[in-house]
Amino acid sequence: MKTFYWLVKREFWEHKGGFFWAPVVTGIVFLVLNTMGIILGEVFGRRSNWGGFKYNGDLHFQGSNITPEDLHNAGAGIDIMLYAIAGIVLAVTAIVVFFYCLGALYDDRRDRSVLFWKSLPLSDTSTVLSKVVSAILLAPAIAVVVGVIVGLALAILVAIVATMHGIGVWSLLIEAHPFRVVLNLVLLIPLYAIWALPTIGWLLLCSSWARGKPFLWAIALPVGAGVIVSWFGLMGIAGLSSGWFWKNVVGRMLGSLIPGGWVGNASPLVMPSRDDPAAVLEALDLSYHYSALASPSLWIGAAAGVAMIAGAIWFRRWRDDS
Amino acid sequence: MTAVVTATGLTKRYKSSLALDGATFQIGSGRIVGLIGPNGAGKTTALKAILGLTTFDGQLNVLGLDPRKDRDKLMEQVCFIADVAVLPRWLKVRDAVDFVAHIHPRFDRARCDAFLARTKLQPEQKVKQLSKGMIVQLHLALVMSIDAKLLVLDEPTLGLDILYRKQFYQSLLEDYFDEEKTILVTTHQVEEIEHILTDLMFIRDGKIVLDTDMDSLGERFAEVLVGAEFAAAARELKPLDERQVFGKSVFLFDNVSRPQLEQLGEVRRPSIGDLFVATMKGTYA
Repeated sequence: MKTFYWLVKREFWEHKGGFFWAPVVTGIVFLVLNTMGIILGEVFGRRSNWGGFKYNGDLHFQGSNITPEDLHNAGAGIDIMLYAIAGIVLAVTAIVVFFYCLGALYDDRRDRSVLFWKSLPLSDTSTVLSKVVSAILLAPAIAVVVGVIVGLALAILVAIVATMHGIGVWSLLIEAHPFRVVLNLVLLIPLYAIWALPTIGWLLLCSSWARGKPFLWAIALPVGAGVIVSWFGLMGIAGLSSGWFWKNVVGRMLGSLIPGGWVGNASPLVMPSRDDPAAVLEALDLSYHYSALASPSLWIGAAAGVAMIAGAIWFRRWRDDS
Repeated sequence: MTAVVTATGLTKRYKSSLALDGATFQIGSGRIVGLIGPNGAGKTTALKAILGLTTFDGQLNVLGLDPRKDRDKLMEQVCFIADVAVLPRWLKVRDAVDFVAHIHPRFDRARCDAFLARTKLQPEQKVKQLSKGMIVQLHLALVMSIDAKLLVLDEPTLGLDILYRKQFYQSLLEDYFDEEKTILVTTHQVEEIEHILTDLMFIRDGKIVLDTDMDSLGERFAEVLVGAEFAAAARELKPLDERQVFGKSVFLFDNVSRPQLEQLGEVRRPSIGDLFVATMKGTYA
């Protein structure tokens, strides 16, 4: 266990740029862009009477005519914003993880440092699994934390601007639930991990197996297979369309890192009216997401992912630097 | 002598060629063995087989384990420096020591810190900022702090300047090697390791063509400086090799009685380099 902890730590050392700085920089860029937007709004708001931010006294949540329900909804709105920002950061991390997996078992063979790692008493199984854990638990966890911090920073920024205009929105901020957002997102990571297994497994398998250009193999094989299937209409024979193959084989092998990709496989969503953000949040709660556990695509994909990870371990054992 | 490595009929076939062709040898505990051979003779393949990095046919026993099955267990007892600069470039000196200290059960951190204190290495430096010689210093400090039974060196000083090369072998001899440890080394710079070897193996086309300890090497092989008048007589004795130096002939003999040779001229112990050249004649032809 101690060894495994250090193996994951090693992955973090090597990929600090991708796992940590990429989400942080994304967050900073996001904040800077929003600040620029706010300043732009301020400037336009002062110059003219049209467009921009023009605060006058009749904003409906201001003053004493605020109802508890309004407050509740405003808090939910901020929560949704936190989810959305965390989603953006997670999407960046997903891209990082995609390329991380492609290089994880290939780069050290190319620069021959695999010979150093293999001179240590580390089993190939724990080496590969430490990379799996870094990809599906460590990286998303960092992204969630960074995402929510960025979201909160943005909320505070907006609140400060609002205060400068004499609107007290701090009471609204208190209505938000950042910790619940973090908790919910953290609790979604296991689902994300299971869902992402086929892509992680496939990329690691290519990384471990390819003697060169793992990226090309990883893309070309599934896409090539998809093209062939479409061309011959092979799936028509089995009563399935080629669209099915693209979605459930090619898509799952290459695209399962996209955050929330399981949504199409969860139970049908009853979308409440958009004017009711609290209800929207409730409809999208954990039990809704975890209803995807009932979908065969999730489990078949996960099983395939585990099998491909096993393959990656086997190739890791016998592929050397040549 | 307890055997650390026992290989019987070691064979490895790549697609088009035979890298190891039934190599059979034994390496005893407390020895420093030089495995010398021309490029492509199968040296690295043999080392990889011993380290469990490649599949092979035949039998191989390293410290009582089969490297194909128990590689990770074996590596607790075996250390390995593969030519120079295989340390990952992103690794910091401090992190390298930390990592090995935590995952290797036989690593002695105080020893490693003491070795590093003798060098110019700084804890916060990354490997990519180090010169080749410094990378080897770091790797050697890590390896010498591990109480392993077998140390495998594959061209460890390739591309280093002479100061680093001398220092490398000197450290190994003074601070590392003892009768409990075994070192297996391959290199092309034979003259540098000549004086530290206890055993010598020549490998050619995947076969072990010479396997001797250094004492019997001196008894078996002799180099004789022969004047022109005895040159014909010397050729009668079927020398391995003949070359000309300052108008005299230098003959290399295998298993010819000493008194007989002394009649021909001055008898010397041949250098490994000369012996190697004579043995490998025609390799690339």
